[in-house]
Amino acid sequence: MTHLGYLVAGWGISLVVLGGYALRLVRRGRSLSAEVPEDRRRWLESPGTDRD
Amino acid sequence: MAGRDETPGTTGSRGSRLLGCVALASLGVLGVLAFVLTGPDVRIHPTTGEEFGQFDAVRMLYLHVPMAILMYASFLLCAVASVGVLVKRTPWWDVMAHSTAEVGTVLCGLVLVTGSIWGRPVWNTWWEWGDVRLMTTLVLFLLFAGYLALRGTTSDPRRQERQAAVVALVAVLDIPLVNRSVEWWENRTLHQRSTLEELKIEDLTLFTLMFGFLTFGLVVWWLTLQRFRVGWLERAAIDHAVGSAIAERRSETSAVELDAAIGVSDDPAGEESP
Repeated sequence: MTHLGYLVAGWGISLVVLGGYALRLVRRGRSLSAEVPEDRRRWLESPGTDRD
Repeated sequence: MAGRDETPGTTGSRGSRLLGCVALASLGVLGVLAFVLTGPDVRIHPTTGEEFGQFDAVRMLYLHVPMAILMYASFLLCAVASVGVLVKRTPWWDVMAHSTAEVGTVLCGLVLVTGSIWGRPVWNTWWEWGDVRLMTTLVLFLLFAGYLALRGTTSDPRRQERQAAVVALVAVLDIPLVNRSVEWWENRTLHQRSTLEELKIEDLTLFTLMFGFLTFGLVVWWLTLQRFRVGWLERAAIDHAVGSAIAERRSETSAVELDAAIGVSDDPAGEESP
């Protein structure tokens, strides 16, 4: 296979960055969940029902 | 509905976990399609008979092109949500705008990096400052990096939301320039015109590229969903902390007022008063 180093670098960087970002989101969500009462973890509330 | 069966303590729900598993499986299938089942881009010159093309570097495009299209989609969604912020002024739109901008910026960074890595073997250069598409994409990245930086500056959240929405609406004007630059400034870019629009690819190569769009669509959907939930939780955590502090302060105040009303001394147990 030609250009193997470039392919490994391109795919590798992309998968590592996306995987790292996904992991960061999951961890951040877990730590925030602990700070919020259960009745306020309703992710898909109707728009604007929670303001003021 | 995905959000109704969430497990306490996580941002996951049955629906989002299923979506994540499907996205991961699709990435695996895309890897097999891109590296095993499809061949390199090798063509024969009609007059000289020499081989030319991108060879195996074409396998990078199964990743680069879908990420670029999903980057456009994320930023366009951010623009729609920013209009929602300005018109509706509800937190849902603001969290959506922030989430899509962040995911889009991650994708934009990866598009620049993978494009540069692909360009080295194909164009014999990592970067070309005179290339209009490269420069407009870099400008797009910097504009949305500025948008994300702005989110962390102003102390007044309402003002910050509106300012960020205006920045997003200005930044998104760069997208037509990025997308159409290969037609509008044809002699000022190394990029070729869209192979999809002119249907220059076919069969398994086309299928793999389409599968790449589907796969990265699922990945971006999952990332945006998670980022939205994190953003929503950030607001809920702040509201809860502020609410708790206010309630605590009120209870302290009312206890003192109650004591004053019934004439109880500040020093009922004979302790020293300040």
